[in-house]
Amino acid sequence: MVPSHVTWNLVDDWQQLVQYDFMRHALLAGGIAAVLCGAVGCFVVLRGLSFATDTLTHVGFAGASGAVVIGLSPVAGLLGLTALMAVALGALEQRLRGRDVVIGMILVLTLGLGLFFLRLYRGYSNETYALLFGSILALSLRDVAVVAVGAVIALAALAAIFRPLLFASLDEQLAEARGVPVRAVATAFLLVLAVAVTAATQVIGALLAVALLIAPGATAQRLTTRPVTWLLLSVAIALGVTWTGLALAFWQPYPASFFITSLSTLTYLAARLVTAGAVLSRLRPATRPAPAAEG
Amino acid sequence: MRDPGGAALADRTPPSETAAHETDSPVIRLHDAGVAHGRRFVWRHAGLEVAPGEFVVVLGPNGAGKTTLLRVLLGLHPLAEGTVAVLGGPPRRGRHAVGYVPQRRTLDSDLTLRARDLVALGVDGNRWGIALPFASGRRKRALVDAALGAVDATAYAEHPVGRLSGGEQQRLLLAQALVTEPRLLLLDEPLASLDIRSQGVISGLVAGLARERGITVVLVAHDVNPLVSFVDRVVYVAGGAMVSGRADEVITTETLSALYDYPVEVIRDSRGRIVVVGLDDCDSHHH
Repeated sequence: MVPSHVTWNLVDDWQQLVQYDFMRHALLAGGIAAVLCGAVGCFVVLRGLSFATDTLTHVGFAGASGAVVIGLSPVAGLLGLTALMAVALGALEQRLRGRDVVIGMILVLTLGLGLFFLRLYRGYSNETYALLFGSILALSLRDVAVVAVGAVIALAALAAIFRPLLFASLDEQLAEARGVPVRAVATAFLLVLAVAVTAATQVIGALLAVALLIAPGATAQRLTTRPVTWLLLSVAIALGVTWTGLALAFWQPYPASFFITSLSTLTYLAARLVTAGAVLSRLRPATRPAPAAEG
Repeated sequence: MRDPGGAALADRTPPSETAAHETDSPVIRLHDAGVAHGRRFVWRHAGLEVAPGEFVVVLGPNGAGKTTLLRVLLGLHPLAEGTVAVLGGPPRRGRHAVGYVPQRRTLDSDLTLRARDLVALGVDGNRWGIALPFASGRRKRALVDAALGAVDATAYAEHPVGRLSGGEQQRLLLAQALVTEPRLLLLDEPLASLDIRSQGVISGLVAGLARERGITVVLVAHDVNPLVSFVDRVVYVAGGAMVSGRADEVITTETLSALYDYPVEVIRDSRGRIVVVGLDDCDSHHH
């Protein structure tokens, strides 16, 4: 597919990458999705929403394939149904807490529905493949524009609710007593999450999108103790693995999604290993009394 | 009495709140109050007056409505009947004069947030936007430092909260409640999940701060014993009713038997410690 090869000259490599339209679109869409997912991912980790996020991606799959059946753009279906699901989760959040079974049922139901819709469409198997595993190298400029607009709105919303969201994620009851509208903030966050899921699904597919939404946030959490640094570091990691994954897929005959998910996991493992003993024990000097002394 | 509201927060405190504590008017006044979850009354016909600076311990079995009492005082749960006034006005959310520590388990051990940032959320966690590190302001930093100092937590101000012990975390939550310089502190089971030594240390800390600053304290507990030397008044919630008075008036065989509608006996040892025993079986639990 590509006649070029990697060199040690990074400028040369970059120029090779961006000489094709499809790569420019991929780097742009991937970059936007990574920034959004990196930022959102911190709160997915903090609020313990990994499973709910995975379910949202499957809901997105059903939405996208359903939209294709009735002749709409898959992005519209993806965004529409995940947003609807986000509002429902927000309304039921307190009742769903700890109800993994209910969320799991929604997950398999929507995955099955998506398969059914694709069958109705008598679509090509690449349509299914693209939705499930990503089609970043086949994005049009219009797709990129949709992701960009959604991401800007979602990031602005996230910046606006950042502090109350952090407060409510750490201590919902106290935040409520302090005057934070906790339900509204939770629902607003789930809507931001729906946009992030849409962006990530376009890049690495519904089955793998959750990787970009939990790994960078979880990795960055281990490396810093400050909330704003955490967010920026998570964005940087998401951007790093996405672009590195894309570049690897450019030169190697393997899918970008594979590289992005593997790199995400490897980065997390590396952060765990690095911080396992060294950093955190240095943060707690041995001169202090042992933790047992105070319960 | 010195002004516990403090000058630092005076600009944010509505005038109606500053007036109330000048006199000896009650900090909390419940009159013929009743509270319901759905159609079922949790408790009713409750009356309570708490004077400024009093240390009140709320006792009673699980599910009796102790947390609900705090939620009423915070403006998070409406009364089904009767009236309630807090600091001279109707209870409402988000007031700086009321500090709150909710009931909780320990924080996630993976949580790497600094202790200082947790306390800072008590200052401005309810405001929109991002708190940028360089823009957080000297005043906010001073408030956080003062609160950390007050609970003796300065040594671990920069540590990740997930790595701190239960007692250390409890100090931080107390600091988070103190950071707005409240005149009323509502503490929900702050001694739960602490070992006996930490229970004593935290009780002493709360009592000391309250006395020093003239703060009124309402503390929900399972066991009155770590608090027995500080407590001014006991509120006992059980069986859909609420009784209040001095500890030696309320925790008696007669009162508790009537509340539980079941024969119990209250036993005191030579050092004033209290044990409540159900008489028809041998199950006993400390109070």
